[in-house]
Amino acid sequence: MLRRRELLLGAAGGWLASRAPGAAATPEQVLGTLTGKKPLIQHAFRPPNFETPLKDLIPAFTPNDVFFVRYHLAVIPRINPATWRLAVGGSSVGTALNLSLQELQHDFERVELAAVNQCSGNRRGLFTPRAAGVQWGNGAMGNALWSGVRLRDVLRRARIAPDALEVVFNGADTPVLPGTPDFVKSLPAERALDENTLIAFAMNGRPLPHWNGAPARLIVPGWTGTYWMKHLTDIRVEPRAFDGFWMKSAYRLPTGAFPGYRFASQENPETTPITEMLVNSLITSHVSGARLHRGVAATLSGKAWDNGAGIEGVEISVDGRRNWRDAVLGRDLGRYAWREFHLPLDTSASGALTAAVRARSRNGARQPDALTVNAAGYHDNIVQTVTLEVA
Amino acid sequence: MRGAIAAVGLLIVVGLAGGAARIVVAAEEPMTLADGPGRDLTIGRCIICHSLEYIPSNAPVMNRAGWQKTIQKMKDRFGAPITDEESKEILDYLDAHYSGKV
Ligand code: HEC
Repeated sequence: MLRRRELLLGAAGGWLASRAPGAAATPEQVLGTLTGKKPLIQHAFRPPNFETPLKDLIPAFTPNDVFFVRYHLAVIPRINPATWRLAVGGSSVGTALNLSLQELQHDFERVELAAVNQCSGNRRGLFTPRAAGVQWGNGAMGNALWSGVRLRDVLRRARIAPDALEVVFNGADTPVLPGTPDFVKSLPAERALDENTLIAFAMNGRPLPHWNGAPARLIVPGWTGTYWMKHLTDIRVEPRAFDGFWMKSAYRLPTGAFPGYRFASQENPETTPITEMLVNSLITSHVSGARLHRGVAATLSGKAWDNGAGIEGVEISVDGRRNWRDAVLGRDLGRYAWREFHLPLDTSASGALTAAVRARSRNGARQPDALTVNAAGYHDNIVQTVTLEVA
Repeated sequence: MRGAIAAVGLLIVVGLAGGAARIVVAAEEPMTLADGPGRDLTIGRCIICHSLEYIPSNAPVMNRAGWQKTIQKMKDRFGAPITDEESKEILDYLDAHYSGKV
């Protein structure tokens, strides 16, 4: 068996402890191995739900063999790229297509884009009050260089009609029992036609790993991972709103509670689909409880990201959020990628050192101090703090 | 006991493999739930579509009403084949062992 179990940070009660707003939690982590992946934090074996450990979120690009894995349905075929086909149809196309991987790769312009892929439920396990679902920590996310073709070029080849309202995506994974709705998602036609929405077949210069959607998946940069359909097999363009379970009942927020793109054809007075990511950051260099040597230089660093507007700045406070200093930003990998930040810490005095980090987007948004509670536990982008010990 | 549970998992894998060509289901580590009346029924029904981790991992979020809602969701939204009588036994079991607990 390829699997091993071990307890990391076995902090007694850490799993149960509700997080004081902004405090970093250290839940019990069980590592598991999925074929082709290094040990990841295991939330479910079937279907596989595996999270990237913090140390693997340090590189600018998250390596393929540690990139997180998220599935809803347990029947996941391993696809033969030689026989795979992508069907493009629906009432709002003029010409239905049936593309091989070879055609997809050679008949359309190739593009590359660095983008963060973050699960809608990232950090749900840190949410207060607790919310049901996969209890993700911070690692249901990663940043990769995606290569593929523009969805828009494929839709134009299919002669997308002016009455197109939504574009509906299905992948090869299916439910165990027929009573479970297949995982099918839609995008507003406008977003499907955005030049940055891609059908990718490579990730960080290598073919997509099986568990990350081989042979081709959707890339919807700036939007949460639920739209990034893996093992893509069907695209349908329709003049009406798609009414499947995973659009109408799942992945929804209270209407008007959060900023971000409004998916009008799927909105009702009570709830609306989650769409864009909110401005957010993650400290990757330290966790609470880490010890620093007095007088020895130390740098706090991490990543900041948003909906693709681009990170404008990252500020750090070490005095209880009264004064903020600008961190130094790392290389700009593109507006949909995350941005590294660094700030030297003053270690001249011994004792507790609490650092708070908040990112600011070019769209004007800044990370908030308090959570906006919602039933599914989405959009936890509150200011993160770590408490370090200088001795 | 562990052996019996592993066999349940194995049966499912074989069942799937009969229905579709090449399904990737690696060896699922045997996992059991807390001992008590209703355990075998709970395992038997709740292991069909996903492994059992969702039960302990959601325990901190849950109380009796939460489990009732979850069982109902598995039946109504996801088509879990569980009779009303079985639901009651499963609910009693889950509430006794996995309400507000790790
Ligand atoms: C017919 C298939 C099926 C059966 C049988 C089933 N589940 Fe589920 N369950 C699902 C699906 C699908 C999800 C959603 C997975 C996701 O979002 O990743 C789910 C998710 C869950 C979750 C996560 C919280 C949530 O509401 O999404 C819990 C807890 C859970 N199931 C418990 C159970 C229990 C307890 C049983 C037995 C009484 C059970 N399941 C039986 C299909 C099933």
